[in-house]
Amino acid sequence: MRASGTVLKYGDNVDTDVIIPARYLNSPEPAFLAKHCMEDLDPSFIERVQKGDLIVAGKNFGCGSSREHAPIAIREAGISCVIASSFARIFYRNAINIGLPIIECAQASDGIEAGDHVEVDFDDGMIYDRTKGTAFRGQAFPEFMQKIIAAGGLIPYLNAG
Amino acid sequence: MGMTMTQKILAAAAGCSRVSAGELIEAKLDLVLGNDITAPVAIREMGRLRSDRVFDPERIALVMDHFIPNKDIRSADNCKCVREFAAAHHIKHYYDVGEMGIEHALIPEKGLAVAGDVIIGADSHTCTYGALGAFSTGVGSTDMAAGMASGKAWFKVPSAMKFHLTGKPSKWVSGKDVILSIIGMIGVDGALYKSMEFTGDGVAFLSMDDRMTIANMAVEAGAKNGIFPVDAQTIAYMEEHSKRPFRVFEADADAAYDAEYTIDLSKLKSVVAFPHLPENVHPVDEVGLVPVDQVVIGSCTNGRISDLRTAAAVMKGRSVAKHLRCIVIPATQQIYLQALDEGLIRTFIEAGAVVSTPTCGPCLGGYMGVLAAGERCVSTTNRNFVGRMGHVDSEVYLAGPAVAAASAVAGKICGPDSL
Repeated sequence: MRASGTVLKYGDNVDTDVIIPARYLNSPEPAFLAKHCMEDLDPSFIERVQKGDLIVAGKNFGCGSSREHAPIAIREAGISCVIASSFARIFYRNAINIGLPIIECAQASDGIEAGDHVEVDFDDGMIYDRTKGTAFRGQAFPEFMQKIIAAGGLIPYLNAG
Repeated sequence: MGMTMTQKILAAAAGCSRVSAGELIEAKLDLVLGNDITAPVAIREMGRLRSDRVFDPERIALVMDHFIPNKDIRSADNCKCVREFAAAHHIKHYYDVGEMGIEHALIPEKGLAVAGDVIIGADSHTCTYGALGAFSTGVGSTDMAAGMASGKAWFKVPSAMKFHLTGKPSKWVSGKDVILSIIGMIGVDGALYKSMEFTGDGVAFLSMDDRMTIANMAVEAGAKNGIFPVDAQTIAYMEEHSKRPFRVFEADADAAYDAEYTIDLSKLKSVVAFPHLPENVHPVDEVGLVPVDQVVIGSCTNGRISDLRTAAAVMKGRSVAKHLRCIVIPATQQIYLQALDEGLIRTFIEAGAVVSTPTCGPCLGGYMGVLAAGERCVSTTNRNFVGRMGHVDSEVYLAGPAVAAASAVAGKICGPDSL
């Protein structure tokens, strides 16, 4: 499995309140949530994002609330992968469970800039910055998490099992 | 090498004689929890499962607490969805308007969490029940759906950090000051993926309410769970509130910890976490002049009876500053009644505060106290992220009930001794 696209870059501690503000949690509709993704951090995100783009961020991405609405909003906005130095643990679980690919890599988080074209190979955890011609080794998922992501999330995985 | 308290609970729930940090396990669940924000998403996911039967209608709790009484049509639709699901699946512990409370105050009060339990909740502050010696942790809605269907969840066994608490806290220092001081010390990702285990002779000086406040905010340090040893206070609390049997687990003497800290509670001061992270902690005596527009006293962190007693002790015979709004929210109906019986509600209203039915509303900028641009709130809640309580240009300062009440009276951030 691979992801490929242009990078939107953010800093440390991007919390779930800025990914999807609570004023929109009165709806569980993915399309509605996607329209407000990252609104309180970057109001231009939703105008700029193209299908397949990647988010690259610093440490503790997705900290705060357990709202699954956050990774759902990111996935529905068209993001193909989030790369961060580290993820908050509930966000990490949620992303895998709903089939949003994420990968931890501090070097990639430091070395990749906004606007770079980046490819990720989830099978071996390699991240390629095609703009700069650099490569980084991220942390590949344990086998059973790869199966969940490949199935499209925990529910399809459980149904198949 | 021995196991931590958390590892022992997880080993028992996974049917293993021992587990070690990093291991992936599947554990049996004693309780699966959701609320009016997260349960609708879980119910939708459950609908996609081949079987939508719940594993045990008595081990699922659905608490309508975030946007109720409903703030708008979408919120009403959400609650209706959960209400219908609860009826169709005969969910015993469904709590709606009239008997609901803020979930993490209500669940221990109803005796649904006891020592030794393994609990997941689709709410990040589910870690609160670690105060009772349970393993409890926040998850998302899909995990909740899988948990409701199977009664099981997968976990990566966490390593742990040990916080050795000594001494007795001084008069106005509460559990909130303890946990904010710790977060200030280790940072908002200082315990990422780990357990925070609290031990030491200082634990005896912390009430169950204080312990719940501390365990509640373990997630604000990135932790998977926070957990306290079971002592005489814990057992007395469980015997008062629950008929369920409990199991006491203790960390092995040779358990491994990633880090160990000793905290002398007698030296801690009242503190305030400045915007926009809970780690931006300052002693209240050093904040300078910070005028305040609103004060919120309540939430799953600080809406319990001892919090209200502390706030009322500060506000008794005093008035809320002119041009400041003070909102007090007892966390459950039981706490509300107790506060009424003790005369605390009269104290708040006479001081010029408003008292609300239990709700999470203002903590996450939902309703019942949303902030305008440029406004500043001192709040006993748990997060002060950008836009958390309203406009993206508003500010939240986190504090315990003593500082919040004093700030409401003074119209600026201060401790009770400054009044």
